[in-house]
This record gives sequence, C-alpha cells and structure tokens, in this order.
Amino acid sequence: MRAVVAVIGKDTVGILAKVSAICAQCNANVMDVTQTVMQDFFAMTMLIDITSCNVDYTVLSDRLKAAGDEMALQIHVMHEDIFNSMHNI
Amino acid sequence: MFNSKDILETIKMIQEENLDIRTITMGISLLDCIDSDIDKSCGKVYEKMMRVAQNHVKTGEEIEKRYGIPIINKRLSVTPISMLAAAAKGDPVKFALTLQRVAEGTGVNYIGGYSALVQKGFAAGDRELINSIPEALARTSNVCSSVNVGSTRAGINMDAVALMGRVIKQAAEMTKDNSCFGAAKIVVFCNAVEDNPFMAGAFHGVGEADCVLNVGVSGPGVVRSALSKMPDADIGEIAEQIKKTAFKITRMGQLVGTQASKILGIPFGIVDLSLAPTPAVGDSVAHILEEIGLESCGAHGTTAALALLNDAVKKGGVMASSNVGGLSGAFIPVSEDAGMIDAVNRGSLSIEKLEAMTAVCSVGLDMIAVPGDTSADTISAIIADEAAIGMVNSKTTAVRVIPAIGMKEGETVEFGGLFGSAPIMSLSKFSSSKFISRGGRIPAPLQSLKN
Repeated sequence: MRAVVAVIGKDTVGILAKVSAICAQCNANVMDVTQTVMQDFFAMTMLIDITSCNVDYTVLSDRLKAAGDEMALQIHVMHEDIFNSMHNI
Repeated sequence: MFNSKDILETIKMIQEENLDIRTITMGISLLDCIDSDIDKSCGKVYEKMMRVAQNHVKTGEEIEKRYGIPIINKRLSVTPISMLAAAAKGDPVKFALTLQRVAEGTGVNYIGGYSALVQKGFAAGDRELINSIPEALARTSNVCSSVNVGSTRAGINMDAVALMGRVIKQAAEMTKDNSCFGAAKIVVFCNAVEDNPFMAGAFHGVGEADCVLNVGVSGPGVVRSALSKMPDADIGEIAEQIKKTAFKITRMGQLVGTQASKILGIPFGIVDLSLAPTPAVGDSVAHILEEIGLESCGAHGTTAALALLNDAVKKGGVMASSNVGGLSGAFIPVSEDAGMIDAVNRGSLSIEKLEAMTAVCSVGLDMIAVPGDTSADTISAIIADEAAIGMVNSKTTAVRVIPAIGMKEGETVEFGGLFGSAPIMSLSKFSSSKFISRGGRIPAPLQSLKN
C-alpha cells in the first residue's frame, strides 16, 4: 500500500529532513519526492510505501500532521487510491 | 508518480472548497422483523439493526482517515415502517422510539424510513403511521419520515395530500419550542426513489437487497471554484467544465463506497451524484448559478442555468460510477444554502421561482420556512403543485416546508448546524381549501402509459 504525503507552507530549513526522518522511524520507504518552491511558498509531494510500516497508518498520519503543526506547515497524508480514482480514468 | 498539480488540486478541493462525502447510508431491510406483536417486532428491529450497523460509524471514520476526505454523515435507512405497522397492531410511535435507540446505540446521525408509500391508496398501517408522524418526530431527535403521495404511474393520492398538510402543521406545532424542527424531518414525495441516501427522505425500498451501502457525494464549492476560473467561457464550455468536475467528485464517492462496502461486508448500492449545499461559505448551489452569470439567484434565467447545471452534473458523474442512483442532481434547499438565503433576503427569490426550479433540479421545495398561520390546506396545495410537476415530468419531486409557528413573513427561523437558517417566505393569500377538500385521486397522466 502506498500513500501520498503533501506538505504545503512557508519554506524553512529542514522540512524534507524532518518529514523523511518520521517516515524512516516508521519504516515507511520514500519512493519519490517532488518539490516546488515559488518565492516563499513550499509545496512538496512525496510517495511512500507503507507496506512494511511498523506503526498503524493513522499513527503515521498523526505524527506527520503533528510535525507539520510544529513547523507551521500543512501536512496531508492520503492513500494513493484517491488520486488514482480522481485523476485517472 | 502522480502529478503534483493533481495532488494539490485534490487537497485544495477538500481544504478550501468544502469537498466532502455528504453521507454513507446503510440501507437495512426490516421485512424479516415483521411480527403481529408490536413489542416483539420492535425487539427484532433493534436486534437486527444493532447487529448489521454496529461498525458503520467506525468504518466511516477509518475511511476518512485513510483517504483524508471528510464523511459528514453516517446514516441508516430502513424499510418503510408502515409495512411493519400493518402487521403489528399498536402505536407505531414505538417503532420510532426503537429507531431512536438504534441511532444512539450505533452513533449514526440519522435514521430514515418512518415512511409510508400511499401514491395510489392507503393500505393497512399507512394511515396509523402517517397520523403518528408528528408525535414520533417530536419524541425522537434522529428519526426522519417521508411519505410518497404520488407517482407518474399511479397519479396523485389527494386524500394523502390533504392529510400531509395537517401532519406537517401538527409536527411544527408539537416542536414549536425547538424551531418547529419536527416539520424539517418530514418529506412528502412524488416518485420517491428507493435508494436515496439523503435525509430526510431516505428509506430502504422493498425491491432492495437485505442490506446495501449507498453514498451521497457533494461539492458545490468545487464546481463554483472551477467556473470562477473561466469568466469569458461560453455556455458549452461551462457545461463541459461542470461535467469534468462532477466526474472527479463522483469518482471519490465511488471509491469511498466500494471501500466501505468491502470493510463492512455488504454490497455496494449506488452513488448519488448530488450537489448538496451546506450553509458554509462557498458551499452553495445558488453561488454556482450566480457564477454562471446571474446577478442574484432567482433572476430570470435561473431555471435555465439550473437545468444546465443539473444535466451536466449527471453526465459527468454517470461515467465515474458503476451504479448511479438516488436523486442525482442539484439540490436547492433554502435554509441550507447561504446563497439561497441571501437571495430570499434581497427579494430576488420567491416561492414561485423555486417551484419553477424544481421542474429541472433533482428534487423539490426543500427546507423552506412559511408563516406560522399558513393553513394546512395551503400546505397541501403546495404539495399538490409539486407532486404534479413530478408526476408529469417523470421525476422525483418533494416538499419539505416548515410552518414557523408564531412567526411571520420576513422573520428568520434558526435551525443551526447543517440545517442553517430559513427566512420565512411569503405565500399566496388566496385559499385552495375547496380544491383540497374534494379528496380522491388525480388519475395517472398519459405519460404513465408506456407499455
């Protein structure tokens, strides 16, 4: 099972490091990362494999969200199926 | 890898444009709970519903977390209770109280199905159930009721129409200390559908399987936002954009429905492709019509714009789902739509215009407050007009009006939450009593002879 992590907010030092550290702690494999910085606005989308994740999906999602709150960023974790179904026929 | 533009678009739809799954509604057949002893029958209803629906709310919450998409309501619908009341002699309110206990036990928002289908006449149990509706709704908070009084095949049962005017008035009077909310939980239908997941009109039709899951999607805010990016487009392009947006919204409903039915182990029924507004800013069907080019909803052109919207929503959604059903279209409730409320307050939207709009929208006159001194006959006449539109156009129409007891035209009834607030609308001052008092049945129209 794969999930998409989307991080949106003001660019600061160490966003990628912090998000990927949480993924590593939970044994979620980062498969792909795309990021854009427009002026101060930072948008990153990350595809992670959570098949061998050592915590429950909701725990991982809550941890990432909490980390987002600390850095004043919005972090959304969503199952990949939602994008598959909405954007592909 | 996904296109990050698509990902951000989805997140924006959910975060800023109020995209959500409006409801996952589990339909449960109660035909196996019929018993000649009403207490035994209530016991069977409670046991069956608690057994099949115990994980309904939990499953909804799990899916919300997994996909990051809000599911606003988790609801249940049941076989019309008049069928159980027909066999079990006794006070049908006992069934309503049982449904209320189930709502509390399972944690669902609403249970629909305190209903009777009387389009051609009253069978055993129907009159008893209909007469008990005001009390049932006053004594429960999460039970909804609906009565089907007409259909294209059967015509309109004018005795039932007359009765429903009195029932609605009485329901409002019995709940006058609570914004007359009893009347907001009753819908009077023509051509009621059996798989509608939306309240207050949901019930589980007798042709349905034992237990099915139906999903109602929403998303007026997403459609409006998409249209706001094309100020100079022609109408064909507008229709095309609505179709594309409806497709995406419906795909999400289809995904949630199939996942929920898999987890719950029950068959997936339908996706109801509806644009259901909420009082939240930006979640309004009226604002879509205004975005298409009307100064205020209700202006001349509103019916045409709504017809275009309703049709494009269906066309976009139908390919996105394996099974489309329910009401599918645009809802035009007044109290639940910030743009409609504003339009009434600024004098651009009248009940006559709303009635015309119901000929091309998905349902009918919905969540409209009328003066408290409106007679039962006038309410019946409003129902008859709506039912006639539904009967002749082979579509579902409905009436959900709230007589605001003790209040006059120009005042506002506050319901709170998703139900919003309703400005009291003016009605014709002339009487329809003689017409309503005649009783009988309006014969089925020529449109019914299709065989």
